[in-house]
Amino acid sequence: MKNKLVSNALFYLLVLVIALMVLFPFLWMLSSSFKTQVDIIAWPPRLFFEPTLQNYIKVFEEQDFLKYFVNSTIVGGLAVGFSLLLGLPAAYTISRYTQKRLAVFILLARLMPGISFLMPWYIIFSRLGLMDSYTALVLSHMLIALPIVVWIMASYFNGIPTEMEESAMVDGATRQYAFLKIILPLSGPGIITATTLSFIFSWNNFMFSQVLSMEKTRTLPIAVYNFVSYAEVDWGGVMAAAVAIMTPAIIITMIFQKYVVKGLTMGAVKG
Amino acid sequence: MFHSSFLDRHLKILFPLPALIFIALLMIFPVLYTFGLSFTNWNLTSGMPLSFAGLRNYTRVLAEPRFLDALGRTFYFTIFAVLFEVVLGVAIALILNRAFFGKNLAKLLLLLPLVATPVAVGIVFNLFYDPTIGLVNFVLKSFGLPQGHWISHADSVLPSLIIVDVWQWTPMITLIVLAGLAGLSEEPVEAARVDGASEWQILWHVTIPMVMPVILTATILRLIDALKTYDIIYAMTGGGPGYASETLNIMGFKYSFEYFRMGQSSVILVALFLIVFLCSLGIMKLRASSEV
Repeated sequence: MKNKLVSNALFYLLVLVIALMVLFPFLWMLSSSFKTQVDIIAWPPRLFFEPTLQNYIKVFEEQDFLKYFVNSTIVGGLAVGFSLLLGLPAAYTISRYTQKRLAVFILLARLMPGISFLMPWYIIFSRLGLMDSYTALVLSHMLIALPIVVWIMASYFNGIPTEMEESAMVDGATRQYAFLKIILPLSGPGIITATTLSFIFSWNNFMFSQVLSMEKTRTLPIAVYNFVSYAEVDWGGVMAAAVAIMTPAIIITMIFQKYVVKGLTMGAVKG
Repeated sequence: MFHSSFLDRHLKILFPLPALIFIALLMIFPVLYTFGLSFTNWNLTSGMPLSFAGLRNYTRVLAEPRFLDALGRTFYFTIFAVLFEVVLGVAIALILNRAFFGKNLAKLLLLLPLVATPVAVGIVFNLFYDPTIGLVNFVLKSFGLPQGHWISHADSVLPSLIIVDVWQWTPMITLIVLAGLAGLSEEPVEAARVDGASEWQILWHVTIPMVMPVILTATILRLIDALKTYDIIYAMTGGGPGYASETLNIMGFKYSFEYFRMGQSSVILVALFLIVFLCSLGIMKLRASSEV
């Protein structure tokens, strides 16, 4: 009995240590974002200090972060929307006709290094006058979102019994009708998983926007990075910018925890 | 209803066609384009027209010490980062693999590093690593340990970056392995217990072998992504100090978008593409064999 108690206490201590290791950078970032420059560079580091909102005011008023927020949302939203449009039908036939080679082909877009497409994109989009355009950014982010959508949805459709649409087709419905009216309405959870995950990956993407966007379409990760090089030692402002960019992704993750876990782990767990 | 019957007959092709065309245009064509460029002399800033260079870019870049160093660093970073991530990730998954109060919260916490913007993560770690005001050196000093230079010295920059990658991606291995463990049947474990095996023996000889396919797939998935690590390196060091943390991805980026030597950068990109492609073939093979 005593042995059990000790081992339980040890277990919770271990869990606590793991949780702290994971959480600590977030907590330090958050607390630093409310510190004045004096408090941040103080030695030894200060755990207790008088919080200030100055850093956030700076980020949103002087740096126009709201605009980059809007840009990131537009690019991510459109990229995910179009990817669902292209990806759902593709995922459906991949699942129903076991089009393995097609699935692998689309998965390649997820695996290959983005920079090997980015260099030619840069040349081509410059020629087409599409630099710093939402078009170029959305297209590039679709290459992030589409493979995620197809991969998650194909395996989701695999879990829906074929009898669902076959019984409708016996009654004379076409397959595309059955897909639209029977399969899609059953696919809510899969679509939520695909949407949240691909949106977060688009939101966090740095490299594509770094090259393809300039002042007009700049997304948040670039703005955060520029803020660092611009404000070399303004740690408080930089931390506030870091908090600002991470908050939406973290909120989405908290709301859709179950779906995000499924999306991240599914590929490896199921063949 | 001609349209409808046409769609009926060719649904198999028509449904995936838009996605197929999109990927062909945005991925296959650019990759071929890069491959073509690798045989040309083309510098965007020189204003000279493009000319055929044969294999000269290859002989030049592949023999360059800077390229070979970057190649070595890419593998060094990948191997050590993934090694620590897998060992730690599996260990944490095995620890957490039981019912306990707060398990759901623990899983939520594990998700946070995965969805945190890598650029921002890099910047936060830069604050930790700062030699004069950083927390890491403060903690070391408090325990009377020697302080480190972290990302500001060539010797310590890669390990420092690896730590960041390990912090961010270990939880992914943990979550994948936890999901794999949850799907295992209890029977073999029970049988081993009935036969009098100790908990350690069960762990080594029953549980771990059973989740091995999941661990392997997760490892290869991480390997592929680690080879391409870009955001944290660029945001934290930009490949420096000097070239001390320049991996192939960073070098390719600089040749493309800082020096605009498109012909030479194409060689780097082709090399990186091939490395990742070969690893990807590995994962496909593994998937195919584990499905049977």
